[in-house]
Amino acid sequence: MNDVLSWLTASAHWTGEDGIPQRLLEHLYYSGVALLIAAVIAIPLGLFVGHTGRGRFVVVNAAGAARAVPSLGLLFVSVLVLGPRLTGDTAFVVPCEIVLVVLAIPPILAGAYAGVEEVDPAVRDAAKGMGMRGPEVLARVEIPCALPLIFSGLRSGALQVVATATIAATVGLGGLGRFLIDGLAVRDYSQMAAGAVLVAVLALVVDLGFALIQRYAVSPGLTGRIGTRLGAERNEALDPSVTSADTRESGRA
Amino acid sequence: MNRTRTPLAMAIGAALFLLAACGGDGADPLATDSSRAAGTDDSIVVGSADFTESALIAEIYAGALEAKGVKVKKTLNIGSREAYIPALQDGSIDLIPEYTGVLMQYFDESATATDSDGVYEALKAALPDGLTVLDKSAAEDKDSVTVTQETADKYSLTSIADLKDVAGDLTLGGPPEWKTRPTGVPGLKKLYGVEFGSFRALDAGGPLTVQALKNGQVDAADLFTTDPNIPADDFVVLEDPENLFAAQNVVPLIASSKVTDTVSQTLNAVSAALDTETLTGLLAEVVNDKLDEADVAAEFLTQHDLG
Amino acid sequence: MTWFLDHVSDVLSLTGKHVYLAGVPLVLGLLIAIPIGWLARRYKVLYPPLIMGTGLLYTIPSLALFILMPLFIGTRILDPVNVVVAMTIYTVALLVRTVADGLGAVPEAVTQSATAMGFKRVRRLFMVELPLAVPVISAGMRVAAVSNVSIVSVAAIIGVPQLGSLFTDGFRRDFTDPIVVGILACVLLAITFDLVIIAITRLLTPWQQVRRATR
Repeated sequence: MNDVLSWLTASAHWTGEDGIPQRLLEHLYYSGVALLIAAVIAIPLGLFVGHTGRGRFVVVNAAGAARAVPSLGLLFVSVLVLGPRLTGDTAFVVPCEIVLVVLAIPPILAGAYAGVEEVDPAVRDAAKGMGMRGPEVLARVEIPCALPLIFSGLRSGALQVVATATIAATVGLGGLGRFLIDGLAVRDYSQMAAGAVLVAVLALVVDLGFALIQRYAVSPGLTGRIGTRLGAERNEALDPSVTSADTRESGRA
Repeated sequence: MNRTRTPLAMAIGAALFLLAACGGDGADPLATDSSRAAGTDDSIVVGSADFTESALIAEIYAGALEAKGVKVKKTLNIGSREAYIPALQDGSIDLIPEYTGVLMQYFDESATATDSDGVYEALKAALPDGLTVLDKSAAEDKDSVTVTQETADKYSLTSIADLKDVAGDLTLGGPPEWKTRPTGVPGLKKLYGVEFGSFRALDAGGPLTVQALKNGQVDAADLFTTDPNIPADDFVVLEDPENLFAAQNVVPLIASSKVTDTVSQTLNAVSAALDTETLTGLLAEVVNDKLDEADVAAEFLTQHDLG
Repeated sequence: MTWFLDHVSDVLSLTGKHVYLAGVPLVLGLLIAIPIGWLARRYKVLYPPLIMGTGLLYTIPSLALFILMPLFIGTRILDPVNVVVAMTIYTVALLVRTVADGLGAVPEAVTQSATAMGFKRVRRLFMVELPLAVPVISAGMRVAAVSNVSIVSVAAIIGVPQLGSLFTDGFRRDFTDPIVVGILACVLLAITFDLVIIAITRLLTPWQQVRRATR
């Protein structure tokens, strides 16, 4: 473990095109692009399936099968098929992104349709009772209620993508996987272990980042941040001004 | 009802588990350990590096030994030299095809021999206890610095020395281990004063490197001289007048404890039958015609009455 | 797919090895995750650190764990045991939370009536809580099974033979046939694991079938 620490603190490893910051940025770039594309595909699809209930069987099973596709195999076959058709770095970046997107879609999709499906039917009824039509119900009621599960899916997808983006290094790209592959080639265990630690730390930071966004994006009514119903009633009975302060606080979200 | 169902389910689960465990034929760690410790079994574990030619030669060795009645186990595609030499030393593998020049430099960085016989003698002197090399073959396969025809024309390149002034703007591609190996990036700087602008870690002379060279991701790359892609894509192998890539004769590296008369005679016969042209032809069959290494090896052995 | 027909025995042999490397850790992982998950549920203060700790384990890149394993457990470099131990760690990382949540989903009323009937803690765990937690745990097992099949293929980079070897072999020779066969085999294997787990779950939870019949 000392070796890992000394490798991580060596200043030489923090500069240049091989340095930790450069690799971190590359890793975030590959992960971020994949996550974005996956979210753009999976969230609308999941919302549609959850809201209308149509195509559920096909979508759920396709997502399950997609989870089973081995990333390494998909990467290699994509490079062999697409590589000769593209030039420069894109010949390797595009296959990499394909693999990461395929990896990220199932959890995000599951989060989206499960989130919409899990919305309390009473809430949906109330919305209809207020005169909202289908798309309005979706946008103003179902999505906000589904946000916790959507975020859960996003976090799960982000975790998988960040952990698997190390695969980019097997086809000559950058990212934190570079420390793993280069360390592997010369059996430099400190480099490999340091790379592993960096990936784990990055995954943790990304997860915390999402948790932070979730805290502010999800309505406090769902998370119960105003306090328990019992507590709120008691506060209101004791001092009406307390509730307005709470409402001001929740208004911040 | 639960009383009969649960044990039934457990029984099925246990049966499947045992089935799965048996599926790891020979992967049972306890068996491997005890047979190693006993040291009585005369089977040989043949390993190979993670590039096609190494696997091909390993298959040839394995086939030849099997034809002479030696029990052989194969563990191919292990990794780079830094990965499999420890495996050789701890007994995980017994035999692996090697190349005299780079192996000599791996064990003795200060060695200066560059001709075939000199390198072979220096190698034998540098080997640690417990490892031996048998006869060397005439077949050679060297690293190289290869460029596309366009790049060679653009900068008028015929030898590595010509890169001295232009390398700073160019990118070199090669296996990750080249960054630190004496025959890699440091060697280019030391012997030729050539320092590339950047280095791109790819694979050991495999499709990544060929691809990267073809589509301009790298300007120069480390391809192995027997690679059939070189003539196929009109690549130019730059000359090596300073002999950075010294003589690289194919040679079997073997644990001394596994050398018997049968083994050494068989492998020496194989080495005698191999030459660079034959090796290149065999490799082309595997890479271009997509035949299996084992089949190509078997064909070679039959042709030379060794299998 | 003439390549496949010429190499059926090779593919089957590799599949067998893959089943071993992915399946054994599933069982071992479950056996290890049950006590840990139980601890997390029993002592509430342990829940966050255990769940976070195991979640962190899952983010360690598989290649690093395979390579560094000999340093931790003193095996030899090419030993498949490295892969089995690493996969068990990943399985435990996935299942601890599932077991904890599964045990937590058992209704309080049921555990209390079991205690009232005279079940002591251990007997209650094995005869009441675990069987009721089976649906949740089996869902986690299915995810772990699919994940394991995929991660094991990465071990081909360090030369451990299994279906992933088809990927590296095909890639090296610029040959897509073995890679495609390998991907299909992995997907089929994952589906098979999935079906087996579903079948075992059905056997272990007969009350769920009865409920369906009476509806």
